[in-house]
Amino acid sequence: MVYSVGFKDRVLETINGKKTRAFFLSLLIIIVVLLPLGVNNYVEEVMTNTFFYIILALGLNIVIGYAGLVDLGYAAFFAVGAYTTGILMRYGLNFWLTIPIAVIFCVIAGIIIGGPTLRLRSDYLAIVTLGFGEITRITARNLKITGGASGLVGIQRPTIFGHKLYQITDFYYTFFILVILAIIVSLRIYHSRLGRAWQYIREDEDAAEAMGIDPVKTKLYAYMIGAAFGGVAGAFFAVKMTAISPETFAFTQSAMILLAVILGGMGKIPGAILGAVFLVFFPEIFREIGQMRMLLFGILLVIIMVFRPQGLWPERKS
Amino acid sequence: MPILEVKKLTLRFGGLTAVNNLSFDMDENSIVSLIGPNGAGKTSAFNCLTGFYKGSEGDILFQGQSIFRQKPHKITKLGMARTFQNLRLFKDMTVLENVMSGMHSRTSAGVLGAVLRLPSQRQEEKKIRQVSEECLDFVGILDKQDRLARNLAYGDQRRVEWARALATHPQLLLLDEPAAGLNHDEKDQLVDLIRCIQKDLGITVLLIEHDMGLVMKVSEKIVVIDYGQKIAEGTAEEVKNNPKVIEAYLGKEDEE
Repeated sequence: MVYSVGFKDRVLETINGKKTRAFFLSLLIIIVVLLPLGVNNYVEEVMTNTFFYIILALGLNIVIGYAGLVDLGYAAFFAVGAYTTGILMRYGLNFWLTIPIAVIFCVIAGIIIGGPTLRLRSDYLAIVTLGFGEITRITARNLKITGGASGLVGIQRPTIFGHKLYQITDFYYTFFILVILAIIVSLRIYHSRLGRAWQYIREDEDAAEAMGIDPVKTKLYAYMIGAAFGGVAGAFFAVKMTAISPETFAFTQSAMILLAVILGGMGKIPGAILGAVFLVFFPEIFREIGQMRMLLFGILLVIIMVFRPQGLWPERKS
Repeated sequence: MPILEVKKLTLRFGGLTAVNNLSFDMDENSIVSLIGPNGAGKTSAFNCLTGFYKGSEGDILFQGQSIFRQKPHKITKLGMARTFQNLRLFKDMTVLENVMSGMHSRTSAGVLGAVLRLPSQRQEEKKIRQVSEECLDFVGILDKQDRLARNLAYGDQRRVEWARALATHPQLLLLDEPAAGLNHDEKDQLVDLIRCIQKDLGITVLLIEHDMGLVMKVSEKIVVIDYGQKIAEGTAEEVKNNPKVIEAYLGKEDEE
């Protein structure tokens, strides 16, 4: 079967070639940009939801994939972002001004959770982050300022250059731009001094420390940046939904984002995107079969993880 | 002033005293070896110097500043680099990326610099690459820079470790059994390399080594320890003829 092996290699080479990759990437972008012209609101809504999960998955990918830290409470950061924007807008602050504040609050939340816990081993870290996620949700449920169990309602829609973001198409493009920004930020950080430091620590923490890298500080950066992604996504989520409630940020939400990253392949940007797309699309495509679809979904996830523990996206060969 | 002063260093693990009242000095730009039989406490002492173990008592001064019980990354930043006895490379990264890790503590670009690709960050990245390539060239494996570290031959993996340590710009380099696992030729090359590190780069070297041939050839001063205590100190000639050292290595003759 020498022939077929050679053929497969040639096909792979063509697919992996720089030119072909650029071609497929531009084709994908064109399709995504033109899509709202030809589809109904439902498809746009699903796509916008997908974009939203891609941003969250890319943020969590920094924590889990790049720095190798477990986080079972990622929805907490997204909650802090959404509530910050929701509350500040209630006091009359312009939406765009609430974003940097939401990011700052999320980064502070990242420091609060990361600071004391990053000395822990990963299994303990998992439990602490799980607790943190629940604490955040229960706090939101019991505070007056967050609207208690019913949450915040009637959050204003934002305007940009006099145009009010109102229709689903507006949010479609807004979230698409955010996805592109998230990809650029992820890529640039990954190929930087900090991105390498995360890899060194993930590979061998002692050796990294012997090279003069402060492990606690470097890991804390991963939490802070991951939190910032969640904050931005949360802020936009609040104005898109116009209403947020504590149950939006339950553990299942954190688990969902975590699943997207692990399913796609930790540490890989296309992987996180693919994972998010899969997670949103699957239940929608199989809507017909009702409750059965979640069963099918679960079985499929188990099968994927058994046969491709490294995730859906292929490993780059060296 | 000596570059390194170890003063009455003691390290206890529960009831066991691994290092006992150890004192020695190192002159700037010298080559010193720390030797002793198996289990004498060499590696324990070494780990106290580099911050991986926290000493129980005593003091360690590096360039007049105490580094006793400091964190390893802070000690590296002060100018003391180490290698590991069992190779500890970042195996799934390229050789160049491995060496680039050494420049981490000598650079400062942060998140904002990376996201916005500021000119200062790009300049720094270029510098990191350039210094790392120089270090690889120095140890003689520049042509292998794009290979994954795990795919290199053992001897070359050792060289990556040295290059990585050199990239931290140390004034003092600590080598933990650098000859372990090397063949005869590679050991000769190691002797040359250690001398180059001393003469051309002006770096002080502390060796921990089993290979007596290498130690005798390269050291200007040898410190011998046994049961965590210093039993002799001096040049190769002096140490070789010291009865205590012979006893520690070969055992005592029966007195009858």
